[in-house]
Amino acid sequence: MSETLTFARAITEGLRSSLESDEKVLVMGEDVGRLGGVFRVTDGLQKDFGADRVVDTPLAESGIVGTAIGLALRGYRPVCEIQFDGFVFPAYDQITTQLAKMHYRSRGRLQVPVVIRIPYGGGIGAVEHHSESPEALFAHTPGLRVVSPSTPQDAYDMIRAAVASPDPVLFFEPKGRYWTKGDVTTSDYPTTSAAGAADVLNRARVARAGTDVTLVAYGPTVTTALKAADALAAEGTSAEVIDLRSVSPLDVPAVARSVERTGRCVVVHEAPSFLGAGAEVAARISEECFYALEAPVLRVGGFHAPYPVAKLEHEYLPSVDRVVDAVDRALAF
Amino acid sequence: MPNTQPGEITGEPEVALADVTPLVQLVSPTGERVVEPDNATYRSRVDHLTSEDLRALYRDMVLTRRFDDEATALQRQGELALYAQGRGQEAAQVGSASALAPQDYVFPSYREHGVLHVRGVDPVDRLRLYRGEDHGGWDTAAFNVHLYTLVIGSHVLHATGYAMGVQRDGAVGTGDPARDTAVVTYFGDGATSQGDVSEGLVFAAVNNSPVVFFCQNNQWAISEPTSRQTRVPLYRRGEGFGIPSVRVDGNDVLACYAVTAEALERAHSGGGPTFIEAYTYRMGAHTTSDDPTRYRDRAEEEYWRQRDPIDRLEALLRAEGAWDDAWAAAVDADADALGERLRTEVRELGAPPTTTMFEHVYATEHAQVTTERAWFEEYEAETEASR
Ligand SMILES: Cc1ncc(C[n+]2csc(CCOP(=O)(O)OP(=O)(O)O)c2C)c(N)n1
Ligand SMILES: [Mg+2]
Repeated sequence: MSETLTFARAITEGLRSSLESDEKVLVMGEDVGRLGGVFRVTDGLQKDFGADRVVDTPLAESGIVGTAIGLALRGYRPVCEIQFDGFVFPAYDQITTQLAKMHYRSRGRLQVPVVIRIPYGGGIGAVEHHSESPEALFAHTPGLRVVSPSTPQDAYDMIRAAVASPDPVLFFEPKGRYWTKGDVTTSDYPTTSAAGAADVLNRARVARAGTDVTLVAYGPTVTTALKAADALAAEGTSAEVIDLRSVSPLDVPAVARSVERTGRCVVVHEAPSFLGAGAEVAARISEECFYALEAPVLRVGGFHAPYPVAKLEHEYLPSVDRVVDAVDRALAF
Repeated sequence: MPNTQPGEITGEPEVALADVTPLVQLVSPTGERVVEPDNATYRSRVDHLTSEDLRALYRDMVLTRRFDDEATALQRQGELALYAQGRGQEAAQVGSASALAPQDYVFPSYREHGVLHVRGVDPVDRLRLYRGEDHGGWDTAAFNVHLYTLVIGSHVLHATGYAMGVQRDGAVGTGDPARDTAVVTYFGDGATSQGDVSEGLVFAAVNNSPVVFFCQNNQWAISEPTSRQTRVPLYRRGEGFGIPSVRVDGNDVLACYAVTAEALERAHSGGGPTFIEAYTYRMGAHTTSDDPTRYRDRAEEEYWRQRDPIDRLEALLRAEGAWDDAWAAAVDADADALGERLRTEVRELGAPPTTTMFEHVYATEHAQVTTERAWFEEYEAETEASR
């Protein structure tokens, strides 16, 4: 079945499908039940699945993730909502110290299939702590998968894959895209098996084919990269856009295949460039594609400053102009 | 400025055991049964324990102490990286764990060797973590005992979440003693200051979850006395969350058994969580790396040495004519055998194969691990070949 859904609604439908197909799936977080979440992503789920499965928790992020770990140890598959990116840090210890290591330290005997949904990113004119992009902090931790969809279809498929995954998944939702619409096929596309789930979560996708330069993005900046590609096309430059979908693991072969053809690569994300996912992409591409490169891999990201006040955020965020500027520099090299 | 903090202990314990009230006690330090109107309900919970049961508790405590002494010695010989002694806490651990049903689930910290002994976790496996051979060491599902957690307080939330799962499984309040399940989590006086412990209490309280919060107040968190963690008796922390709370003499194995049995009954029947403060003493150093002479004094140690939980149970057994020299000799022989086994088998634990460090990072394939492992295996093979 195919229908037009907003990005947010696609996640709702993905969660609904997971809740329907596996009675061990739970949704938990602050205001996710009666209210349906501050972004309404869980709207209607408590009504349909009850307050024991769609749980309004106490206001304590470490408690949410810590109890989710315990529920997972008892055989449940909790999907935790962190209300905003900047509020994940009270749970950072449980996520990186406990959740990420449980499978390893038990030598594989224990699994903790916990999903942590985090609305992230800026551009919505919010007050401080509501626009951050902390994905690299989690990707640096072995044991976690870190993904971010950029389209309603991926949002639907990837949330289901994340829930089906036996590994813990940090699911970063570009909140600035919540209200964009797209056609979503709500079938059983391969997310029901563990292997199928990993496949959906592991693979990058070519969002637009091109020949002169490779733009690498994920989450909110895929749209930015696509708009930049339009602008570049008008100037006669053909840009390929790769949507990573996953930051951990990185689909390096997919990026390398593209850069082998284009010889140029620009990575775009909202998180600060310094030690961000783009730095890893640049390092890996310089290792894998050294002889194909016509220019150094360039990065367009946030600056090494706390996320600024809303009045300045459009100067902070990677814009189409800054992406085009980077491409021009790569071409001029 | 040493010795100027409020409540700092100098010489005598800040609060002598006799002055700690209310405190559930069923056996006095000299081994007499304490019979008071106040403890009638707790007395009734140990009425069924026969002399044989008491001797079994004694044996468990002696074996726990021997395990402790052997592990400490092994560390001194360089066979363990570290060891955290449980000396002095045997009654709290053996007493509470002996009250559990098989299906009950335990989330320990890192010092609950007596609990693990009672649950049947193999003594060699209990030392794998401390030897640096494994981060865990045993099959949690086989004993319903989670792995040790070294990060103070974190596991209290896992216990609470697990209990929320038990509720969703319909495994509380059925009246079936083989089905109703409680979760017991052990933590220290220092841990009570961690946010995760408070969050665990909040989640368990609002969900009415079947958790027993078993706090062993052993008076010290490394070098900090309990007065650096709290201004109120710790058991009153539970009350603040709306959780029934009790303080028990942690060196009285029968009292520890009784209060735990009461808490378990509450949890099993759907009555929700309980907070237990077991008032006890860490007789040894914090760990083998610690030097308690830097912060506490001999008089205090001597005070508690006279209140040794094993001596107390021996005194009770003797007073009740339940002591038997032949049996006691057999217990010592069992302890010797345990020591012998540990000395041999712990030394035999080798290092796991190097590639195991890449195993179980993820349950499903992850390209980063695959790539690095392949590189490492090739690198090792090449280095091996060039030797
Ligand atoms: C989060 C955290 N902080 C610090 C430490 C270092 N540390 C290990 S044990 C300990 C004291 C714990 O005291 P308590 O909770 O009373 O337990 P006890 O050791 O007395 O059994 C400290 C500070 C730790 N393991 N975890
Ligand atoms: Mg302590």
